[in-house]
Amino acid sequence: MLAKQIRYLIAKEIKLEMRNKYALGGILLYVVSTVFVSYLSFKQIINPPTWNALFWIILLFASINGVAKSFISETRGRLLYLYTLVSPQAVILSKIIYNSLLLLVISLLCLLVYSLFIGNLIQDLPLFLLTLLLGSFGFSSLLTMVSAIASKTSNNFTLMAILSFPIMMPLLMVLLKLSKNALDGLEHWDFNYLLVLMFINVIIIALSYLLFRYLWRD
Amino acid sequence: MVFEMIKNWWKIFAALCVLYTVIAGFLFKVPAQPILHETIRNLYFHVPMWFGMMTILFVSLWHSIKYLSNSNIQSDIIASQAAHTGMFMGVLGIITGSIWARYTWGAWWVADTKLNGAAITLLIYMAYFILRGSLDEEQKRARISAVYNIFAYVMLIVFLLILPRLNDSLHPGNGGNPGFSKYDLDSTMRMVFYPAVIGWILLGVWMMTIKIRIEKLKRKTFIND
Repeated sequence: MLAKQIRYLIAKEIKLEMRNKYALGGILLYVVSTVFVSYLSFKQIINPPTWNALFWIILLFASINGVAKSFISETRGRLLYLYTLVSPQAVILSKIIYNSLLLLVISLLCLLVYSLFIGNLIQDLPLFLLTLLLGSFGFSSLLTMVSAIASKTSNNFTLMAILSFPIMMPLLMVLLKLSKNALDGLEHWDFNYLLVLMFINVIIIALSYLLFRYLWRD
Repeated sequence: MVFEMIKNWWKIFAALCVLYTVIAGFLFKVPAQPILHETIRNLYFHVPMWFGMMTILFVSLWHSIKYLSNSNIQSDIIASQAAHTGMFMGVLGIITGSIWARYTWGAWWVADTKLNGAAITLLIYMAYFILRGSLDEEQKRARISAVYNIFAYVMLIVFLLILPRLNDSLHPGNGGNPGFSKYDLDSTMRMVFYPAVIGWILLGVWMMTIKIRIEKLKRKTFIND
């Protein structure tokens, strides 16, 4: 039942996104322009920690912009309509899955443009891609929930940033560490960090699953 | 009068504990250590602040969960005022730590795991208050800030558990640095430390109850106006 609702809602999100391509184009252009601005200010970066930090900061801001609209742009009428049809868990899980796909596209584009302009220092590409995958998933689940909270207020874009930054720190620290390992091309993968990352993802999703139903009823 | 005293015995106990902490904390003998010298006495003031903060923030979390299950606005008042008091103790913890760091590490603030954790805690609760401030309707504010409070507290715990494993720390008791238990061979410091922890936590709870009463009175007069 839940799976069917989720599948249906994801299809709805994709359909809506395709109908309004400017939103997706806008966020992708945002990534490209930010990377280009960094390129003009930094030129080439040869120091791995700096490369790593700048990459994740760009991705962090792009993710916030990309996910922010997921609840803020929902009209009241559409939410009421959904409310009569599906369970709140289906809504939040479908949004999380859809946003993960969106963020995965954003982060892959970011990686492509970033390594093209600023230089590619990655020595262990599979690990970096895995980090990116888990990172998109974590960012998406956390930001989707925060966007649901922020959408209830009047100044939601500012709140989106200030509410999400502090609680994103654990995720970001682990991601920075893992991608730094991928840059250095360590001989063995550090599975502890991968496990911790998955553990954080599971916690965020469990919390969203439990708490979302208190958020959406007005 | 006597009945009041019996009912409020824990407040008297808290006051006595804190009084004892201040007197004994400054006068009793402490182990002589290089670099640390007399700053080791900060143990009686800095560490209990964090214990108090975590206790009171847990009260806040507990009442946020309670609010979501019973929708009683009293729980929301307790949750928000507890968060206020907890943050106040956190600020005191940062100030006492910062002064201590100036005399031992030579800087008011260093990039350290423990300090980052403290800063993130304060940022989370500041965000919580901004969120409360931007919601007007009472029930809606209570519900949404309760959700954020629970979400943020769990992420904070994750952060405080994970972070020390990612980086080394300069802080005593972390990263191979000895904590006070290594120096306190004849337990003289424990004689002050344990009452200090109890006293400061109880004092924090007392402040919290006063803040809750003030907030309840404010809302009452607001309704009657």
